[in-house]
Amino acid sequence: MKFGFSEEQVLLQDNVNRYLHDNVPLDRVRAFADGGTDTDIWQGLADMGIAALLIPEDQGGIGLDALDAAIVAESLGYHVTPAPFLGSAVMAPTALCLSDGDHSELLEALATGSKRVGIAFGEAIGRRNGASVTVTDSTLTGTSLFAFDADADFYMVADVNKHLFLLDANAKGLQRRHLTTVDKTRRTVELCYDGVPAACISEDPRVFEATLDIGRVILAADTLGAAQNMLDQAVAYAKQREQFGRPIASFQAVKHMCAEMAASLEPCRSMVWYAAHALANLPPEARLTACHTKAHLAEVGKFVAKTSTEVHGGMGFTDLLGLHYWFKRCGSNRQWLGAPELVREEAAALQGLTS
Amino acid sequence: MDLEFGPEYEDFRQEVKDFLRQHGAKSPIGTALRSNETISWQKLLIENGYTARTIPQEYGGYGAQPDLIQSRIIAEEFAHARINPGLGGQGISMLVPTLLELGTQAQKAQFIRPTIQGEMVWCQGYSEPGAGSDLASLTTSAVLDGDNWVVNGQKIWTSTAQLADWIFCLVRTEPDAPKHRGISFLLFDMKTPGIEIRPLVDMTLAANFNETFFTDVRVPKHQIVGARGEGWQVANAILAHERDSLGNPNITLARLNALIDLMKTETVNGEPLIDNAIYRDRLMKIQGRVMAMRFNELRVLSSQLNKDQDPSIARMIVKLQGTELRHDLEGLGIDIMGEVGLCYEDNPHTRTGGSWQTQYMFFLGLIIGGGTSQIQKNIIAERGLDMPREPKVIKPSPMTAQKGGQ
Ligand SMILES: Cc1cc2nc3c(=O)[nH]c(=O)nc-3n(C[C@H](O)[C@H](O)[C@H](O)COP(=O)(O)OP(=O)(O)OC[C@H]3O[C@@H](n4cnc5c(N)ncnc54)[C@H](O)[C@@H]3O)c2cc1C
Repeated sequence: MKFGFSEEQVLLQDNVNRYLHDNVPLDRVRAFADGGTDTDIWQGLADMGIAALLIPEDQGGIGLDALDAAIVAESLGYHVTPAPFLGSAVMAPTALCLSDGDHSELLEALATGSKRVGIAFGEAIGRRNGASVTVTDSTLTGTSLFAFDADADFYMVADVNKHLFLLDANAKGLQRRHLTTVDKTRRTVELCYDGVPAACISEDPRVFEATLDIGRVILAADTLGAAQNMLDQAVAYAKQREQFGRPIASFQAVKHMCAEMAASLEPCRSMVWYAAHALANLPPEARLTACHTKAHLAEVGKFVAKTSTEVHGGMGFTDLLGLHYWFKRCGSNRQWLGAPELVREEAAALQGLTS
Repeated sequence: MDLEFGPEYEDFRQEVKDFLRQHGAKSPIGTALRSNETISWQKLLIENGYTARTIPQEYGGYGAQPDLIQSRIIAEEFAHARINPGLGGQGISMLVPTLLELGTQAQKAQFIRPTIQGEMVWCQGYSEPGAGSDLASLTTSAVLDGDNWVVNGQKIWTSTAQLADWIFCLVRTEPDAPKHRGISFLLFDMKTPGIEIRPLVDMTLAANFNETFFTDVRVPKHQIVGARGEGWQVANAILAHERDSLGNPNITLARLNALIDLMKTETVNGEPLIDNAIYRDRLMKIQGRVMAMRFNELRVLSSQLNKDQDPSIARMIVKLQGTELRHDLEGLGIDIMGEVGLCYEDNPHTRTGGSWQTQYMFFLGLIIGGGTSQIQKNIIAERGLDMPREPKVIKPSPMTAQKGGQ
């Protein structure tokens, strides 16, 4: 029995962390937030095989599993990295591999990082603003209110029946509208369809669900990393900042804030690992642990984001320090693909606890 | 990642299950000390290796090699079947491991067998009125007089002192040494002349703990564990055992399942509580926390087996998170029942033997006892996150105090 990483996984984690540490400092994140591109970051990660992680070997990929992806996501969250990992390396390959039909061309392009697939699942999870997607004769009309990755080459769209469609980002009749959100480490678009030709890739709700589950676990892993960074920053800041003639880290109120962050965050690590492992290896538990992990990390992430900011005092509230990038990353991970109350209700339903 | 224990362990699990199926009905509910039922159940468990498993046979144990996975399987199966896992108590969970590690041959031979068999009951004499969280400031004294220690002072919160045969007790033997170095760890018979026990009623309205007074209690010199002045280290060796045993996630899981059953059967206005979205969300929140703690425990177990990761923070948080979680879980059981949640003792409307209220209060006791939640946070911050201790307050001398007051 071993509950932890293999040597290869430790190596993967070290490599990704080193790359991000060297190539994506906060200034690089700010450059993206100010309208710059993430293409170079993604290409760098793709050159390390990150884009190909979940794609089977016979399709040009590496054929690893969700735990490996969670390891990468934790590092990306830790560095608030702008990158299309969730859509292009996780959710799209998962759906494409589960669906019928031959998607080898696209999978190979995804594996090298030369193409990106965005995700528009909101209308199958919780419709807002009355938005919906209608399909007639393989063309889409309607709206996907929130899609992630504004710079994708394709979009994978779910309708209310949990059917999945793939469409070209430059297709006729598709309008992409940038939506500003608080999380400037990711770019969000609204997709408006006016008879857009789209290929149906799955009508099996289980494909949608498996794709959603892994997406949720990966968002939770991203929060784990982002929150761990906020805890690390809080502890480091508290040791160095002095008030009343002593480091604020020696004040018990400050120590207890940090201890509470550590105490709630540490079990999250095991939870993310377990949920990621369960996706491929423990099918009866997979959906339930994915829901709970998404919801629990959302709550802990919110708590850590607030508390770490408080430990930093006024400095925590400034743009100077940039702590808010992590705060908002935790915040957006919380809302995407189902906010905690909604996901917990799904968890209850999975256990037959809803009437 | 490999969560399989392996086929030999699955055979072992099957043996445990078979045992529970065959004998489970004999298991006493609760742990009435010294009742025939309790003692014969304990005996059966030892014979089969389901408690006192790794204690050598020469001391009355089952004598198995330590195997963390087997121990875990036993804990899981007993909790799952909601069957009494045998006696716990401070003698078995704290003193016996200490004696095995630090006791003399004679002490092991004298005390371990009757203790694990449930015939010798112990209490723990640590806390004093002036020494709770700051335990090392304790003042109960022991002075050597010929072949005896003479003990004087007072202990408080001594659980089960009224039932105990013996006490393991921290006393100050070197009054001039720094406070952590002047303490010794003594064992003595509660029938020794000079001991007075006054019950303290706790909030559950049971008199589970006591004040214990010592007046010239004479304790044979050899009844010391570890060297003179090293009692603090001896005590700390077992505090870790105590904290590990609090908030056992297997039992928490069993209680969660009981809570789900309760919410399916209890109703308000004819509607099962599980159909109420607000209560259901609270339940799901708690289920998420229970999961996180279970997986945390798997990680700690794995790190003990494989020695490949540092689980120090994962271990340090268990007492804090585990007891707070149980308190919240039991509290939800009360909340969903409204006024019915208040029923207690012989009230005909009491559910599940009143366990929701008793456990809710009991776990508040555990949040306080054995190192309060605040002390746990100090430990996590200082030892886990390497944050500095608070500067010591130097008490003003009487003269400077007077000046300040003027
Ligand atoms: C159910 C139960 C059973 C017990 N059984 C036993 C037993 O069998 N034998 C035995 O010896 N003892 C026993 N105890 C005693 C227990 O160990 C003490 O109650 C506990 O260590 C706290 O000490 P105290 O009660 O003196 O509280 P105090 O130490 O006075 O604490 C009061 C408050 O001050 C806070 N506080 C104190 N110091 C600090 C600090 N440095 N930083 C931040 N906050 C601080 C505490 O967290 C708490 O909130 C038992 C207690 C309970 C509740």
